[in-house]
Amino acid sequence: MAVPDRTLRPTPGQTVGPFFAYGVEYDRMHQVVDPYAPGAVLLAGTVLDGAGAPVPDAFVEIFGADTDGRVPRARGAFRRDDHTFTGFGRAFTTDDGRFEFFTRNPGAAPGRAAFFAAIVYARGLPDRLHTRIYLPENAAALAADPLLSALAPGERATLVAERTAEGHLRHDIRLQGENETVFLAF
Amino acid sequence: MTAHAAVAPEKLLAAPDQASQREISAEIGELHAQLRRREQAGESIRPTVFDFPAYRSSILRHPTKNLRLVDPETVELFSPAFGQRDVAAIESDLTVQHAGQPLGERTIVSGRVTDSWGRPVANQLVEIWQANSAGRYIHQRDQHPAPLDPNFTGAGRAITDEAGEYTFVTIKPGPYPWKNHANAWRPAHIHFSVFGSSFTQRLVTQMYFPGDPLFALDPIFNTIWRPQDRDSLIGVYDHDLTSPEWATGYRFDIVVDGPDATWFEPENEGE
Repeated sequence: MAVPDRTLRPTPGQTVGPFFAYGVEYDRMHQVVDPYAPGAVLLAGTVLDGAGAPVPDAFVEIFGADTDGRVPRARGAFRRDDHTFTGFGRAFTTDDGRFEFFTRNPGAAPGRAAFFAAIVYARGLPDRLHTRIYLPENAAALAADPLLSALAPGERATLVAERTAEGHLRHDIRLQGENETVFLAF
Repeated sequence: MTAHAAVAPEKLLAAPDQASQREISAEIGELHAQLRRREQAGESIRPTVFDFPAYRSSILRHPTKNLRLVDPETVELFSPAFGQRDVAAIESDLTVQHAGQPLGERTIVSGRVTDSWGRPVANQLVEIWQANSAGRYIHQRDQHPAPLDPNFTGAGRAITDEAGEYTFVTIKPGPYPWKNHANAWRPAHIHFSVFGSSFTQRLVTQMYFPGDPLFALDPIFNTIWRPQDRDSLIGVYDHDLTSPEWATGYRFDIVVDGPDATWFEPENEGE
């Protein structure tokens, strides 16, 4: 089936500005799962600018499949009930530019590499930026991934999280400069 | 760890050079002219440009490489699911969140969220935040010496209905001074955050009010370089939405963008 022509002009995006905190904050927004729940992993990192300085007025959103690879369709990402997995979280950066999520390792779609879809917003960033945060395991799936396999090794490294000894995930996002994160358009 | 010590965020708000409005306006004009030339030369340029140095805080925060065009994977074609469970009806009325009535022009802002084929985006979340009628944000880092309103926070949420419609009741925000350059003022605006039917359609933008004299002077508004795209962010006064003896009405329709894949209902491969 062919996709028909678009009839409406998309509304352009704008920066979130400096004062988004009271507008988009909600209770336990960075706790996609309870931090003490079995299988909870910490996904943490720093948002950095082109001078390597932390960005303290940014926020990051993630949306990920459940461990079995299923995309969550349950409502309640805004009103956490501690048992429904919605896959969605939002984290503000701290004064040190650091963001943290408690979530589950996403499972992969069949034949694919596992990743979190992620979006970055910041004061000084004129529009939101899409990216991905891949799990570092399963080298074969990563090597076969249509996006990763088309990137230079240095670029590819900006999209793959690091697994810490504790089993957590560490992933920095660089808005600009050396090792600039690969950002996506669809 | 990073090589740089963290700086208190409010210290970052003032641009170091403090250019004049005349200089900033000239930069905006030159940037727009460059973008028009690049487009005429065959380059495809997105509606909001990331590299727009007249907006000073973007200088070190914009990506320098082109966005990588990619086919969305399954998870990106779904959106987090929200519903009435997530948002109470009262959260869409910003004038009833406190003991008393806020000061300023009571305003109804209503519109329809659709995709670029005109199909409604139903049951999705719309969040807004804004300054009060004096142009002051309740955020602790806002140092503008305009009064806070004890009866106005300036944050609201709504879930779109089956037709993609949302409605907020609020107070018209005032213009807001900032430190991008000397005597810099932002046109009055309401921040909007919208979830589409697909994560690829996620949109954060700002809605403006018609006839604002600050439009041409504002580097943020002008990061959208085509006039017709800027115009799409200006709410339309709607006398049918205006409520007698009570509130003025503005219509702000929102079109979320997405790749061709969003035309189809996504198939959940995990199921």
